[in-house]
Amino acid sequence: MIGQVPTTGADRMQRILADARDRGGPGQPMLILKDIKRHFPIRKGVMNRTVGHVQAVDGVSLTVMKGEILGVVGESGCGKSTLSRLMMRLVEPDTGEMIFDGDLVDDKVGLTTRRLRRQMQMVFQDSFSSLNPRMPIEETIAFAPMMNGSSRSDAIAAARALLDQVGLSAAMFARRYPHELSGGQRQRVNIARALAVNPRVVILDEAVSALDKSVEAQVLQLLIRLQEEMDLTYVFVSHDLNVVRYISDRIAVMYLGRIVETGSVDEIWDNPRHPYTQALLASIPSLDPDRRTMAAPIYGDPPNPINPPSGCRFRTRCPFAETCCEMHDPAAVTLPGSSAHAVSCHMENEASGHSRVGTNARIAEVTQ
Amino acid sequence: MKHDIIAEPGILEVSNLHVAFGRPKDRVSVVNGVDFSLAKGEVLGILGESGSGKSVMLRSLMGLFPRRTHVTGHVRLAGQDLLAMDKKTLRNIRGRDVSMIFQEPMTSFDPVFTVGRQITETIRRHDGVSEQDAQARALELFELVAIPSAKSRLTNYPHEMSGGMRQRVMIALALACRPKVLLADEPTTALDVTVQIQILLLLRELQREMGMSVVFVTHDIGVAAEVADRIGVMYAGRFAELAPTRAAILTPRHPYTRGLLAATIHGQQRGDHIETIPGAPPNLAHLPTGCAFAPRCGRSVAACTEKMPEMTVFGKTHMARCYNPEPSQI
Amino acid sequence: MTSYAKDTGSEFPSVSSYRDLKVQESPGYWAMVRKRILRDPVTLISAAILLVIILSAILAPVLAPYDPYVGNIMTRMKPVGFEGHLLGTDETGRDMLSRLLFGGRLSLIAGVVPVSIALLIGGSLGITAGFFGGLVNTVIMRVTDVFYAFPSILLAIAICGMLGTGLFNTLLSLTLVFIPPIVRISESVTTQVRNLDFVEAARASGAGSFALMRYQVLPNVLAPILVYTTSLVSLSIILAAGLSFLGLGVSAPAAEWGLMLNSLRQMIYIDPVLAALPGVLIFATSMCFNLISDGLRSAMDVRLKV
Repeated sequence: MIGQVPTTGADRMQRILADARDRGGPGQPMLILKDIKRHFPIRKGVMNRTVGHVQAVDGVSLTVMKGEILGVVGESGCGKSTLSRLMMRLVEPDTGEMIFDGDLVDDKVGLTTRRLRRQMQMVFQDSFSSLNPRMPIEETIAFAPMMNGSSRSDAIAAARALLDQVGLSAAMFARRYPHELSGGQRQRVNIARALAVNPRVVILDEAVSALDKSVEAQVLQLLIRLQEEMDLTYVFVSHDLNVVRYISDRIAVMYLGRIVETGSVDEIWDNPRHPYTQALLASIPSLDPDRRTMAAPIYGDPPNPINPPSGCRFRTRCPFAETCCEMHDPAAVTLPGSSAHAVSCHMENEASGHSRVGTNARIAEVTQ
Repeated sequence: MKHDIIAEPGILEVSNLHVAFGRPKDRVSVVNGVDFSLAKGEVLGILGESGSGKSVMLRSLMGLFPRRTHVTGHVRLAGQDLLAMDKKTLRNIRGRDVSMIFQEPMTSFDPVFTVGRQITETIRRHDGVSEQDAQARALELFELVAIPSAKSRLTNYPHEMSGGMRQRVMIALALACRPKVLLADEPTTALDVTVQIQILLLLRELQREMGMSVVFVTHDIGVAAEVADRIGVMYAGRFAELAPTRAAILTPRHPYTRGLLAATIHGQQRGDHIETIPGAPPNLAHLPTGCAFAPRCGRSVAACTEKMPEMTVFGKTHMARCYNPEPSQI
Repeated sequence: MTSYAKDTGSEFPSVSSYRDLKVQESPGYWAMVRKRILRDPVTLISAAILLVIILSAILAPVLAPYDPYVGNIMTRMKPVGFEGHLLGTDETGRDMLSRLLFGGRLSLIAGVVPVSIALLIGGSLGITAGFFGGLVNTVIMRVTDVFYAFPSILLAIAICGMLGTGLFNTLLSLTLVFIPPIVRISESVTTQVRNLDFVEAARASGAGSFALMRYQVLPNVLAPILVYTTSLVSLSIILAAGLSFLGLGVSAPAAEWGLMLNSLRQMIYIDPVLAALPGVLIFATSMCFNLISDGLRSAMDVRLKV
């Protein structure tokens, strides 16, 4: 398992623990995922025969600490969106368990999905399709509190207060419909909607990806401000490394349904150990016309998640792949000297038999 | 640095280009007067946010318009005005002298034919060579765009290929007749970052080898910085700034360019201050008189709300439309 | 747990101060739809024509100059414009204008009633199938497919032939014919809406099935289903006319456009204008319904920025 990181300041942690809903105490992570798997069957023909599975999430273990922002980064098809839906229980896992603040999430013996969702909410990527086109936005925001027993007048008053907090004047916008707003404004409404039930955790699934650059920064700053003011915990899922770096305390890198590396932002940026993480970082356009990228760090496209490679999922694109990578799944290894930096690569595992164990191989040495 | 770009007669000369959609009474002007000259072998990056008119502008360089479009101005390719041409001549020029690659390659392929067949068809239609020659050329093109096991890939259908591979095929298709000008509309936006850099490097390499001119539209400053010799920043259907890449990124003169650069998240960490541009881009149906950026601009002066500033030349090649430009050194 | 946003102690006023906040009203969705329709001449003209047709059918007893069932043997087959008979007379000397006015009643009933009942039944089935999915969906949709396999005109003829002639049987057979397509459309629209993120988000807020259906799904599926149904009215009018024409619908001497078209068909060589009159009305009415349906469709599309 991956250890905890002290990213949250002491007085902030005090406030988080003062929440009446806190059960586990400061050492208890907000959310623990244990070996979560979800494969989607592909059905064909009149008989609905299952012809294969999309291995969207294939054994993910992850810890989210109280009060932190965990960035989950990966390319399209790596399962990061399914992972966020799994956390919200909008998709049920095939196997594996999820523990929320010490309670097992299970409708029979533990925390029910309904109660989980009062403490955890989600913001979707598509700001248009995630708002009901026939509802004034204040009613969209008030919907969840009303479903959970608030009176209409209370819920609407709270929704208007939230609109002001996310930077949309309630007096002007409360009665407007989604099609009357711009993309950035709609995403602010989505954020307000998620906050309306006063959650402790918000999952942001590509929440700023569809926005223009000049609007993206505004929304990110809003998210950071709200996180600080409301003592929230975020899981920030995105394909954009720059954005993830800016907002996160800790980063988890996903590739083809698995987490390949986790660590603090600095650890991931300054000392990426998984070849895939290194490739991702080296693929970011430089923004410096004097230092353009000269060679692509890795070649080819990510493989199809319907038929992923055996062993290490990255081996087909990895310049260091050897037979052991094909034979065995690499286990997560916590790096010595760090409590939080964990890598799933045979090159970090003494027992794997990889010829480069301990050499701290860099993908840049191979491509330059 | 190519300081003499503007002095030479360009391969592509665009002057006073206006594009508007809709019926006369509720017409929306999307492109409001674009002028530029593209030199032979030059890569011009067009940077803009959604609604800036960058895609429409790019399409008009090929004479591609939806119905009910009102176009004025000139687009001269090697001296010939594309906008004054009849349809048949235009069709011949498309694909041969100027060709285009798109964001989503899937839509530009016919799903029922193999990619190899679609490329040979294109070659034969424009060059009139034999089937065998066309096939040999298609294979050559596939190898040129670095598609592994090119020969067997020719027999694939579009849906059998991954996104990056399809984008390579589309580039091969666009280059089939060695065009003088390649137009690229966000060709890497739908791709993963590890694939994006491969395609960008490929385009850069091919452009150099073939001596093509490229107009590359993107919303991503990083992408523009990787490929462009010169960057044009579009806002509300006009160039706000047009400058060599280095100058555009390091010493932008237009407040919008500077704001966009400052607001772009690149390398900043938690707690770093990010200066954002307040507000949102204007509604093209109701553009303000004067500078379209003035309502959001921190440097606006009285003149800004009265009349659109003309393009001003700073130094030799750096141009911006601004009455109160940013200082040249920051 | 109360579910307000936390009062953060920052620059924002307390939640309770928002109770009496004056908010700017937005024109809203239907105002936008209305505005778009008012700017669409084709839909407006169609609606106006249809209104005239409907009103004249309703007011037929007042407007009709003659009894539609009593003919005068002396004035048979008089052309349009004949003195005293504005639109001429038919083969038994009955006044055409009066018959057309009364005929509109039956034809409009044959258009609107079956489609409305089918909408009620088919819409409920389709929305249920789309909303719940799974086994419910499979059962409803497979049964629908069986009926859908027959062309609608054949199915109508078959059912009508089985039940016998008469207005009630015509309406019943047409209702049965229209249920399957409405189920289909309702199911596909509902499935689409159901998979949108805002329904997912509402589900994530702890709403039960009923609330999801009532507040999130229904308001978004009713409009497109209604639009589609409007376009079926024209088909229903034509089918009813067709059935009467074939002798399977209402029977003589009833005034119904389809039946009139049938009995006047021998006159096509004598006075083609007269023979075509009921056809023109059938055509005009169904066109109006179709054009209105098209107009509504584009006016209701929120993605279109006009």
